[in-house]
Amino acid sequence: MMRLVLTRRDDAPAWMVLVSPLVAVALTLLSGAVMFALLGLDPLKALGVYFISPISDGWALQELAVKATPLILISVGLSLCYLSNNWNIGAEGQFVMGAIFGGWVAIATHGAANDPWVFPAMMLAGMLGGAALGMIPAILKTRLAVNEILTSLMLVYVAELLLDWLVRGPWRDPKGFNFPQSVMFDKDAQVMRLMADGRINLGTPIAIIVVVIAAIMMARTLKGFEIRLVGAAPRAACFAGFDEKRLTWTVFAISGALAGLAGIIEVSGTMGHLQPSVSPGYGFTAIIVAFLGRLNPIGCLIAAVVLAITFIGGENAQISLRLPLDVTRVFQGMLLFYVLACDAVLNYRFERVRTGGAAA
Amino acid sequence: MLATGTFHMGTLHAEVEANTVCTSSRPSPPMLSAPPLIEARAIVKRFGALLANDHVDLSVAECEVHALLGENGAGKSTLVKILYGLLQPTEGTLLWQGAPFSLHNPAEARQRGIGMVFQHFSLFDALTVAENVALALNGDEPVTRVAARLAEVSRAYGLPLEPGREVWRLSVGERQRIEIVRCLMQDPRLLILDEPTSVLTPQECEGLFATLERVKAEGCSVLYISHKLEEVRHICERATILRHGKVVGSCDPRQESAASLAEMMVGSKVAPARHDRLVMAGEVRLAVGGLSLRSPDPHGTSLRDIGFEVRAGEVFGIAGVAGNGQDELFAALSGEMLAETAGTIRIDGVATGQLGINARRLMGGAFVPEERLGHATAPSFRLSDNALASGHATNGFVRRGMIDRAATRAWVDRIVKAFDVRKGPRDPEAKALSGGNLQKFIVGREILRNPRLLIVSQPTWGVDAGAASLIRQALIDLSRSGAAVLVISQDLDELFEIADRMAVIFHGRISAPLDTEGLRREAVGLLMGGGGFSANIVDQAA
Repeated sequence: MMRLVLTRRDDAPAWMVLVSPLVAVALTLLSGAVMFALLGLDPLKALGVYFISPISDGWALQELAVKATPLILISVGLSLCYLSNNWNIGAEGQFVMGAIFGGWVAIATHGAANDPWVFPAMMLAGMLGGAALGMIPAILKTRLAVNEILTSLMLVYVAELLLDWLVRGPWRDPKGFNFPQSVMFDKDAQVMRLMADGRINLGTPIAIIVVVIAAIMMARTLKGFEIRLVGAAPRAACFAGFDEKRLTWTVFAISGALAGLAGIIEVSGTMGHLQPSVSPGYGFTAIIVAFLGRLNPIGCLIAAVVLAITFIGGENAQISLRLPLDVTRVFQGMLLFYVLACDAVLNYRFERVRTGGAAA
Repeated sequence: MLATGTFHMGTLHAEVEANTVCTSSRPSPPMLSAPPLIEARAIVKRFGALLANDHVDLSVAECEVHALLGENGAGKSTLVKILYGLLQPTEGTLLWQGAPFSLHNPAEARQRGIGMVFQHFSLFDALTVAENVALALNGDEPVTRVAARLAEVSRAYGLPLEPGREVWRLSVGERQRIEIVRCLMQDPRLLILDEPTSVLTPQECEGLFATLERVKAEGCSVLYISHKLEEVRHICERATILRHGKVVGSCDPRQESAASLAEMMVGSKVAPARHDRLVMAGEVRLAVGGLSLRSPDPHGTSLRDIGFEVRAGEVFGIAGVAGNGQDELFAALSGEMLAETAGTIRIDGVATGQLGINARRLMGGAFVPEERLGHATAPSFRLSDNALASGHATNGFVRRGMIDRAATRAWVDRIVKAFDVRKGPRDPEAKALSGGNLQKFIVGREILRNPRLLIVSQPTWGVDAGAASLIRQALIDLSRSGAAVLVISQDLDELFEIADRMAVIFHGRISAPLDTEGLRREAVGLLMGGGGFSANIVDQAA
C-alpha cells in the first residue's frame, strides 16, 4: 500500500511566491492549447483570439479596463478577508446587493431635478448594501460559530433572487414593454465616461485609488498588520491585544462594501439600468484574482487584468470561433487550479510512504 | 567565577545514583570486541547555507544509555532525525552493528528496531490509549489485541496505563508513557528520547529512570537527549557533546561535574544565577483573590478560587505539572481571557480583571507566554514585526495608525545587543532563530520596557544552558530593581534557583505560598502530584 505524504518546506525561497502564478498562467495556456487542438481548432489562432485580441486596440483596451475594474475592487476586499482567515465566498451576492441599494437611489430620484449629489449617494448606498450583506456571515460566525463559507455563499442566491423579484415586480419599468428591467438611470445617476469613443468610466480610477489605499494600509498601518497577524498566528494576535471577532466584522464590512461599490459602478456605468442578471460572475472570478494576485493589492490589479482578458477573449471566441461561454469558465477554473497546485508543489515536499502491517 | 553547590538538581537524585549504573547482564562494555549497535560516521547535513551537522561521529554501544548533549541549535535534533530516517544526511554513513545501511523514512527505522519518543507528543486526545497505539502500529492488528499486548508490555516495564482511557483524561506523564510503550511494543534495539523529563514531576522522572533501567536490562540501547546535566550524569554511561554542529567531546558523564559538562556544551563557563536573598519585599503589585474561570476548552482546566499576592522586588514562582491550569492562569492574568469580576485581579490595587492585555501593559504589565512560536511570536513574521505585536500600545511604534518601521528595527537592535540574541540577518523571521535565541528575544522585548510587573510562563523551556542562565539572571535582576516577577514553571530546578516564594497549582487550585529558603523539593513534588493538597491549604490561600 502506498500513501502520499505532503510535508511543508521551510526552505522554500521567497521568489517562488512570485514565480508560482507565472508558472500557473503558462500551464493554463498550454492546457488551453491542448483543449483547442482536441476541439479541432488551430491552437495558436484560438489562443490569439483569447489572449491577444483583447489587448490589440484602443477600444479593446478600454473594454479590458471596464471588465477589470469590478474584479480589482472585489479582489482587494477579498484579499483582506482571506489574509485574516475569513473565507468570504459571497462577493457575488454583495456585488448584487450593492447594485440593488445603489440602483434604488437612482430609481427613487428618477425624473427629479438632476443633482450632483445623486451619484455619490448611489456609490455610498451601494457600499452600504454590500457591507450589510457581508456583515451577516460575519455576525453568524462570531456569535454562533457558523461557518462563513456556507453562509456567505448561500446569501449570493438570496441577493440574486431579490434582484430578480425587484426588476420583475415593483421596480419594473412601466414603459418597458414588460421587459424585466428598471427604468434607465438619469444621466447624473450614471458613472461618468472618460472617453468619447469607449466605455471606460470613472470606476477605473476609483479602483486604482482603492488599490493604492489598500496597499498603503497593508504595508504601513497597524490595521494592516493586525489583519496579517490574525491570519498568520491567531494566538499571537490575541497576545498583541487584537480582537479577532471585531476584525472579522471589519474585513467582511470592507470587502462587502468594495463588492457593493463594484456592483453599483457596473450597473450605472455599463448597463444604465437594473436587470435580472447584473454580473457575469465577477464575485466568483475575483476569488481567483485574489489568489493569483497573492492576496496583495498590487498583485490583484495585475491579476484582474489577466482575468479580464479571459472574459473579453471569451466574448471574442464566441463570435469568431463559435465557442460557448463555458470555455471561458474552463479557462478560469484551470487558472485557479494551477495557481493552487503550483503553490502546493512549491511549498510542500511530496513523499511516497510505503505502509503495511506485515512489513512493520 | 563558578560558585559551588549552586545546581539544585543533584540533591534529589543523589540517593538513587548507585542503582542507575549499568546493571545489565554484560559485565563490561563490549566496545572493543563487538561493533557498536549504531554508528554515525562523518555525518554532514546542510540546510542551504547552514551547516547543521559538520562531520559528526556518534556511536551507541549495545546496552548503553548514551547522552547527546548540546545547546539549542547545536545540531542534536538534526542528528537524531537522521538516525530516525526523518532527514537524509548530505554526506556520511550510518552503520548498524558494523554494516552500512541507510534510512529513507521513519518506517524503515522502526523496522530496524529504532524507536523514538518526541518532545511533543503526537496523540489524538479524543481516542483511547489502545486506539492511539493501534494507529501508530500501522498494522491490521485489531484494537482488542493491541490493548492486550499493551497491558502486557506496560506491566513488564512498570509503566502503568489503562488501555481504555481517553488520552485527554491523562496527565502529561501518562501521555509520555503511551509514547514509550508504543515504541517498546515494536521491540526496539535503540530507543531515542528527546528531552523526556521536561514535562515531568520529580517523582515521575524517577519512574522514567527506573523504566530506562529495565529497558536497558532487556538489551535495548538508549540515546538520551537532554539539557539537564545532573540527570545525564546520573543515568547515562557515555555522553557525546555537540557544539555548533560539531562533536566537541565525548566523556563519561559520571566522572564529570555538571559545571564541567556545561562548560563543554557552551564552550565557556556558565555562571549560575547570582541571587541575593530577598531582604524585604515592597508593596503588593499583583493581588489575585477569588479568581475562578471556566476554561473555554472542554479539555482544559478551569481555575477555582485562585488567590496569591506578588510584591515588588520578589520573584514568585508557580510550580505544577503541565495541564493543571497554567495556561488558563496565564490567560487570565495577561488579559487574553477576561475574568468574570474585575476585582479578582488587581495591579497596584486597581481592579484589572476585565481590562484587555494592552490596558494592562499600559499599567506597567509585561507578559511572556509559554509557546514561543505561534503565541509569543508569529513564526513567519520578522523580529521587528514581532516587536511591534507586543509593543504597539506602549512603545510609540505607531503614530496616527502608521507604523514607524525605523523605530521597530532600532528596538530589535537594542534587544539583540542587550540579550545577546544570535541570528544571521539583521531582521530575520522568528522561526529562523534557535529556541534559545528566540526566547532571549521574547524575554528581552518585555524586560527592556522596564515593566513594573512581569508575568512569564516557562521562561527557559527547551532552552540551552547558556540562554537559560542569561534569562534567569535577567528575571532576578528585574525583580531586584523593584519589579514584581511572577514565574509559572514546570521546571522545579528553575524555581528553586530563582524564586523567593512559590506556590503549587494543581487541578486549577493553588496552594498556600511557601518560602523557597529551607523548602524541601519532596514537599513541592508531593503538592505537584496532588498529594497533601488538602482543603486547609486551599483555604489558607484563599
